[in-house]
Amino acid sequence: MKRLLASYETFVFLVIVLLCIIITWVNPNFLTLENLFDLLKSYSFVGILAIGVLFVLISGGIDISFTAVATVAMYVMAVIIVRYGGNMLTAFLIASVIGIILGMVNAVIIYFFNIHSIITTIATLNIYYGLLTVFSGGKWIYALPTWFREFTEIRVFTLTNANGIEYGLSIITVIWFALLALAWLILRYTMIGRGIYAMGGNPTSARRVGFDVLRLQLFVYSFMGWMAGIAGVILALLVQTVAPNSIVGKELDVLAAVILGGASLTGGVGSLWGTMLGVALIAIMGNGLTMMRVPAFWYNVFIGLTIVISVSANAYRHKRKKKRAIAVEIE
Amino acid sequence: MKNISKRYVGVQALDAVDFEVHKGEIHCLVGENGSGKSTLIKIISGVVRPDDGSRIEIDGERFHDWHAIDAIHKGIEVIYQDLSLFPNLTVAENIALSQTIAQGHKFINWGEMRRIARKAMGRIGADLPLDELVEDIPLADQQLVAICRALTHNVRLVIMDEPTTALTRKEVEALFAVVKDLQSKGIATMFVSHKLDEVFQIAERVTILRDGEKVGTFASQELDDEKLTMLMTGKKLAYTRYTVEEQENILLEARDLSKSGNFKEISFRLHAGEILGITGLLGSGRTELALSLFGLNPAESGEVLIQGQPVKIGSVQDAVKLGIGYVPENRLVQGLIMQQSVGKNIVVTILQKLLNGLGMIDADKMEDSVARWIEELSIKVPSADSPVQTLSGGNQQRVVLAKWIATEPKILILDGPTVGIDVAAKSAIHDIIRGLAGQGMGIIVISDEIPEVFHNCNRIIVMHKGKFIAEFDTAQTTEDAIQDCINRAG
Repeated sequence: MKRLLASYETFVFLVIVLLCIIITWVNPNFLTLENLFDLLKSYSFVGILAIGVLFVLISGGIDISFTAVATVAMYVMAVIIVRYGGNMLTAFLIASVIGIILGMVNAVIIYFFNIHSIITTIATLNIYYGLLTVFSGGKWIYALPTWFREFTEIRVFTLTNANGIEYGLSIITVIWFALLALAWLILRYTMIGRGIYAMGGNPTSARRVGFDVLRLQLFVYSFMGWMAGIAGVILALLVQTVAPNSIVGKELDVLAAVILGGASLTGGVGSLWGTMLGVALIAIMGNGLTMMRVPAFWYNVFIGLTIVISVSANAYRHKRKKKRAIAVEIE
Repeated sequence: MKNISKRYVGVQALDAVDFEVHKGEIHCLVGENGSGKSTLIKIISGVVRPDDGSRIEIDGERFHDWHAIDAIHKGIEVIYQDLSLFPNLTVAENIALSQTIAQGHKFINWGEMRRIARKAMGRIGADLPLDELVEDIPLADQQLVAICRALTHNVRLVIMDEPTTALTRKEVEALFAVVKDLQSKGIATMFVSHKLDEVFQIAERVTILRDGEKVGTFASQELDDEKLTMLMTGKKLAYTRYTVEEQENILLEARDLSKSGNFKEISFRLHAGEILGITGLLGSGRTELALSLFGLNPAESGEVLIQGQPVKIGSVQDAVKLGIGYVPENRLVQGLIMQQSVGKNIVVTILQKLLNGLGMIDADKMEDSVARWIEELSIKVPSADSPVQTLSGGNQQRVVLAKWIATEPKILILDGPTVGIDVAAKSAIHDIIRGLAGQGMGIIVISDEIPEVFHNCNRIIVMHKGKFIAEFDTAQTTEDAIQDCINRAG
């Protein structure tokens, strides 16, 4: 219990509660089931990407290229289903395969050429985006199949609000949560998951105790790629148009969410629960500011401030803990 | 009784070294830096392959292909100096992880992990908090975690690479008790250490390596300090006492320095030409005091006088201006810029003095002073442009010394000046320190190695729980008296 109270995640959770109180106080429409379900749907894209980014950060690496991977997967998937038809399953399958392959390319470059992951993924980000722009000619795709359109509307259960408008828990949110559950199982109960933590904590020792570091790297970046592929489909489902440049620049938003959730850039540290809270914080801030009628430009300022404040709070906590540890006992 | 024996012939860093360990024996491996100790360990553990013609035998069975996995299967475990733990994982997981991997499990059973960890802890009677993160427990406990991890396998030989470097005397005793306990269970320990007194305390047999060759294996009763040192270095090193005539010239005086949680009511005087030793257990406040004199951890109350003048030391800049130099305990982290060249590291403290009329660094002046200090401290380095990280521990420590001596300080504070370096390099550094004191510098040496302060200081102050508890004049006391004093306090 004491540990729970002292944890960083608890701190973020309290910030979220505080934010919710303030926003609801200004606009009572904020804390409604309708708004909640809406947020859970629209932020599933960021949420799914965040799962992948968390894996990479825990392993001690970083991935910048996932937005490009998501875009490529989304675009190729759209081209194929528009031209040849298919169903939701094939759509996810195509995007997943593309995502996994592009992720593996990252892993292979990082491992075999021993290039730092940030440099590798900045390079592949440009390559993936560049190739997509060249081959697509920057063309947008609007005419998505009807079944693709209809899938978005599926709800697990439906409620009706005072104005007679229906709302409920979207299938998209369910996909997000299913992936979360899967990720949790991997991180907590598989050797690969523990290996990712171990590798992030001390790569040399990971090798020494017998982890296959190449396999772990391949897994981490492919998993990131897979998440990006699925997120690509989710985005297409949400906006129902596919543009080769629609998520440029979103990388930092997702990274911000994961870091807000307590993951460390030096590796070895991070939890899914924290990442969820990080995504929630970003979502609530974006949505809440709009509901409080704060001009949208302020959004970035607030995100930045939140990162500075929460990350320094975390660093300060560590410093204090360390100081306590070295204090000399004086009689 | 089975014999575990291994033979190697003609490894690059090792020249036809024969080496054997018996079941349940405590065998120390000693040698200077670069004598081939690490290579030998790496070969035994299967990390490095020996040259053709080498023989490795376990229980009389010869192995042609010896890999890390064979070593593990045959029950050989290495505890590296850095412990190789995962700071971000819990104690239980750190202990149990390698066994879980070795068994080829794909999934984790947390209950099983804790059971493995408990069982391993039970074997050495340790009681560690299973759910704490390893980074949150003291270093001595981390070492036990590493030992427990080794015990999860069916271990028959534990190799410990300099396990005592960062431990206090008491913790070393506890570690030795564990080693003895392992012995009673028939597990052999191979112990690598620089600290000769420990070698005598624990070892049954001692193998000495020098320049990749085996000098010999001796029963530890056959050896004494002097003989062992001679066999290791090939030359006779005599310990002499450092004494100074009573000096009138007080360089530094501290009056009632206190800082809560650090130290309390500290008063002392340092004369020119003196080497003052401050000793005490880890956590006695000795390093905190040193940092405070250097402006990194300013005292909350009390006074510091330099040559009779009251001064304020609120920052490192103040300290440097007042002529105080500080060589930190952890030379790797605090003292050096590892990727930079030796030359640049040496002059970083005196850049001001190297400026020419235009305010730019004068390259000739820089080269001159770099060459001077490399020469003066006989730093072994291919060129002044070699990065510091390529140097051996002893030479790195000399570079740190050079860096501070270059500022020509009046007062030099050395925190653990010879931690982790071998006897020969140690005595070279001691000579340098004495030479500096001889030139009138006032030197404070902080160390938990009693022989080090005893032989090199003319005065020793013992710290305990942030206070000075005793002061000795080394000319009128013995090593044992000082050791007793520390033990009584602890």
